[in-house]
Amino acid sequence: MELLAFFDQLWLARLPILKGVGVTVSISLLAICAGSVLGLGVGLALTYGVRPVRWLVRAYTDFIRGTPVLVLVLASYYVLSGVGLDLGPFQAGVLALAVFCSSHVGEIVRGALQSIPKGQSEAAKAIGLTFSQTFTSVLAPQALRLALPAWVNTAAEMVKASTLLSIIGVAELLLRTQELISRTFLSLEFYFFAGFLYFVINYGIERFGKYVERKTSTPS
Amino acid sequence: MSGNLLEIRDLHKRYGATEVLKGVDCTMRQGDVISIIGSSGSGKTTMLRCINMLEDFQGGTIRIDGEEIGYETAGGVRRRKKETEIARQRAMTGMAFQQFNLFPHLSAARNIMLGLVKVKRMGRDEARAVAEKWLERVGLRDRADRFPGQLSGGQQQRVAIARAIAMNPKLMLFDEVTSALDPELVSEVLQVIKDLARDGMSMLLVTHEMRFAYEVSSRVIFMNQGRIGEEGDPREMFHKPQTERLAEFLKTSTFN
Repeated sequence: MELLAFFDQLWLARLPILKGVGVTVSISLLAICAGSVLGLGVGLALTYGVRPVRWLVRAYTDFIRGTPVLVLVLASYYVLSGVGLDLGPFQAGVLALAVFCSSHVGEIVRGALQSIPKGQSEAAKAIGLTFSQTFTSVLAPQALRLALPAWVNTAAEMVKASTLLSIIGVAELLLRTQELISRTFLSLEFYFFAGFLYFVINYGIERFGKYVERKTSTPS
Repeated sequence: MSGNLLEIRDLHKRYGATEVLKGVDCTMRQGDVISIIGSSGSGKTTMLRCINMLEDFQGGTIRIDGEEIGYETAGGVRRRKKETEIARQRAMTGMAFQQFNLFPHLSAARNIMLGLVKVKRMGRDEARAVAEKWLERVGLRDRADRFPGQLSGGQQQRVAIARAIAMNPKLMLFDEVTSALDPELVSEVLQVIKDLARDGMSMLLVTHEMRFAYEVSSRVIFMNQGRIGEEGDPREMFHKPQTERLAEFLKTSTFN
């Protein structure tokens, strides 16, 4: 009987839930994409930057990684407006997550590049490749494979971290769910359902990662 | 121009406070096959790596076909050349490494094609044809589409040599190319090098294979503590070493 009531409510609330999923996916996708592009730059600076640049970027990543994401989200929303950068909750939240993502991706990129044996770039140099040619043809493809598992992990973390945006009033999946629960009092059922949806999103990311891994693996 | 292919004058190389090369002179003519022997830490590998600027060096000059490698002196100031210029100069030499250093994400043929396409600006089809020609020469035509991880050590090293030779270098540098191989795989690699020597390729080899050095070299250089200890005809050097050091070294190395 109670299950029927839940399904009844679920059907009634299908649009807000779908919208919530849409917002969660948008936040995550934007943050992961922007964070990865920024993180690639961070990783390159950490690996190949001249000393002052390296120090600066190192300070950036250490600071960001040492700060709770929630603090970043709140700071991005409340503090940035104080300095004249007035972002809406959605924009501020995506910015905070992208910055957080970039520091993690930066570390992943650095680790991947540094774990490629030195002989690889020496062999590339020896046949006369310039640094940029060596990077694009020899180092980047190998680093991509090495970085992929950790990158998938970070992407899944970003989806989970997107729930923190509910605090600043972004109507993503968690906030929609909470609104629903305050109306229907079916807390167990709707939290469980929300959890299931998050799992589906992250499972999709994981499958995608496995797919890319398989596509790019080299036979041995 | 002296007509020498390679001319090294007073080469000095330091790592921090340790001087690894303390003034090395060496000249080489077209078609010469020179083996560099000596105990580990004597500077032989470092000398080889200076020739294609895998190592910077602090003093002296290296010239290939009269062209100064890596540095230029203008107004009494010695400066490292631009990176693109050094990349171009590196293509004048080819190098084979102890650890092969094949690109693991590329097939044997693609390993060879990479430099042809990127540096020599060849079309893909032409590069593929050149790659196949050289794979044929090292006896691995049928392995063209295998990846390095699917090849034995000896096969990998032969692909690596083909990769270097395909760039048509003026001079080949071999850095202990058989040291990482199982004993039964050594001879197939040495055979490839012998074939190249017979074809008139100019080669500089750092090696621990004394028998091979004896057979293949037109000249042998014995490095000792960052200097050239002795050099000359392999027959004379191996049978009548002039210095105590070389006699000592030959006694401790396997010459079989």
